[in-house]
Amino acid sequence: MEFFIGHYNYWIVIILMMVGLYTVISRGNLVKKIIGLNIFQVSVFFLYISLGTVKGGAAPIITEGVKVYSNPLPHVLILTAIVVGVATTALALALVVRIKESYGTIEEDEIHNLDHSL
Amino acid sequence: MVSHISLLLVVVPLIAAPVVAILPRGRLPWLVAFMVAATCAVLAGMQLWAVLYEGAISYELGGWAPPWGIEYRIDAVNAFVALIVAAIAAITLPYALLSAEREIPEDKIPLFYSALLLCLTGLLGITQTGDIFNVFVFLEISSLASYALISLGRQRQAFTAAYQYLIMGTIGATFYLIGVGLIYSQTGSLNMQDLATILPGVLHLNTVETGFAFLMVGIALKLALFPLHLWLPNAYTYAPSVVTVFLAATATKVAVYVMLRILFTVFPQGFAVTTPADELFIVAGIAGIITASVYAIYQENIKRLLAYSSVAQVGYMVLGIGFASATGLTAALVHLFNHALMKGALFMAVGAIVYRVGASRMEQVHGLGRAMPWTFGAIVLGGLSLIGVPGTAGFISKWYLVSAALEQQAWISVAVILSGSLLAVVYVGKLIEALYFKPVSAAGKAVSEAPILLLLPTWTLVLANIYFGLDTDLTVGVAEKAAAILMGMTP
Repeated sequence: MEFFIGHYNYWIVIILMMVGLYTVISRGNLVKKIIGLNIFQVSVFFLYISLGTVKGGAAPIITEGVKVYSNPLPHVLILTAIVVGVATTALALALVVRIKESYGTIEEDEIHNLDHSL
Repeated sequence: MVSHISLLLVVVPLIAAPVVAILPRGRLPWLVAFMVAATCAVLAGMQLWAVLYEGAISYELGGWAPPWGIEYRIDAVNAFVALIVAAIAAITLPYALLSAEREIPEDKIPLFYSALLLCLTGLLGITQTGDIFNVFVFLEISSLASYALISLGRQRQAFTAAYQYLIMGTIGATFYLIGVGLIYSQTGSLNMQDLATILPGVLHLNTVETGFAFLMVGIALKLALFPLHLWLPNAYTYAPSVVTVFLAATATKVAVYVMLRILFTVFPQGFAVTTPADELFIVAGIAGIITASVYAIYQENIKRLLAYSSVAQVGYMVLGIGFASATGLTAALVHLFNHALMKGALFMAVGAIVYRVGASRMEQVHGLGRAMPWTFGAIVLGGLSLIGVPGTAGFISKWYLVSAALEQQAWISVAVILSGSLLAVVYVGKLIEALYFKPVSAAGKAVSEAPILLLLPTWTLVLANIYFGLDTDLTVGVAEKAAAILMGMTP
């Protein structure tokens, strides 16, 4: 039981990761796929932030009297990854707009039919 | 100056990209992009020369000492790959001028060159950096730029191809990120050299093994290893011709390099053999060579045919890696170089046909070989190199690959490599038949030879195919040296 409760943040990471991946794979709606992708990426952000935590550690800002700090490096890494994620989402949504303009739909199977009925 | 080359290779195209984006329409953006690519090629050549004669270069970004700061670490392996990427960019850009004017809307031309330079930045960055997180950042820079480049294709399928690539590419990159996180959690380091000293002590941990698996799957998605190749055929088919040339000759090659780095430098030599990864590479390589080659035979679009052939060629490289021997790695690296030459030449020749005809479907190019003899000649010679006929670059890589397989008495692999060549005979033959032996259509009679500006870069690569098929000092010499570094035989 301790194993489950003690690592609850990691369980959340795994659940989010699976929800995200499943959404990307199973949904036919292109926007929903992007939402799934975002959930998937967010789970990785949580993973990194969990890794950086030090038990009893304060935020990594030098303060009088504080001896233990959390590890700031994973947090910095994930700031970079968040920026990358935002850029990816923006580009993906831009592509969806163009797809909607040229196909008139954002459902994967309808697009597939339109391409192959010619 | 010399000591800053490794950083300049990344910074020059990075700074040039936004500059090119705001330049006025016309040919100025092209000129700047071409000068940048040429500069990068010269710098990459100087860098390889310096590495070969003076040993590995270590460059500390911002003066922060590794392993805390980001280090650019250059040895024969990445200097070689960087030269391939920069040289292909420098040869592709003269070709881009006319081809892009024909295939890309005029108002998007400056942005197109800007994205191309960003893609170059990312690819060169991957080769330069000695930090595994930095690899992720550059991977995403190059990938985001290439999604945008692919979506510039004229048909609407270009959008769905780019979207599909974006979804799969992002999943791949995120897997890589998970792998980096898991390994960081057990080692506390991101520097490749530093990891190489820490990892042997923690290899038995499940977390490290899981991290390794995530890294490998993530990279396999990026390099289009069968069966994770689904994004590649559409992306190569619907992208503008120039983009296909550039991506086919560089993007997957850089991913192969990352795989080599992680497998042999970051993780201790021999670790992959203790995991199922080693067998998986050989199985995936074999399955990729056969399946993709058979798929290529049935394609009705020339670009798609060549795209499937690319998946098969990636299979050869991964097979070489799977052998985990010095000869195998030499074969993989030589093929990396040679495949960039042959696919570059072939996609350029196809781009020249698209320039004249506006299409790349088989039935639309019937008999055009006689109207476009130089383009057709390039396709024939490039195709022979793809098959691996003696006297072409393709033969050299097949030779080393077969030697590596024979060394380990891997008879199945030998048979697969040889039958892969036979299948290549079939699909190249199909291409030549359509171009030369089928009767010319009415519309095809008016077609004339492609402009000289398209033919020159194409033939530069074709002649390089012949040259490196006869004189192997540079390719094999450097590849052997690089393989020795990866195998840990020289410091």
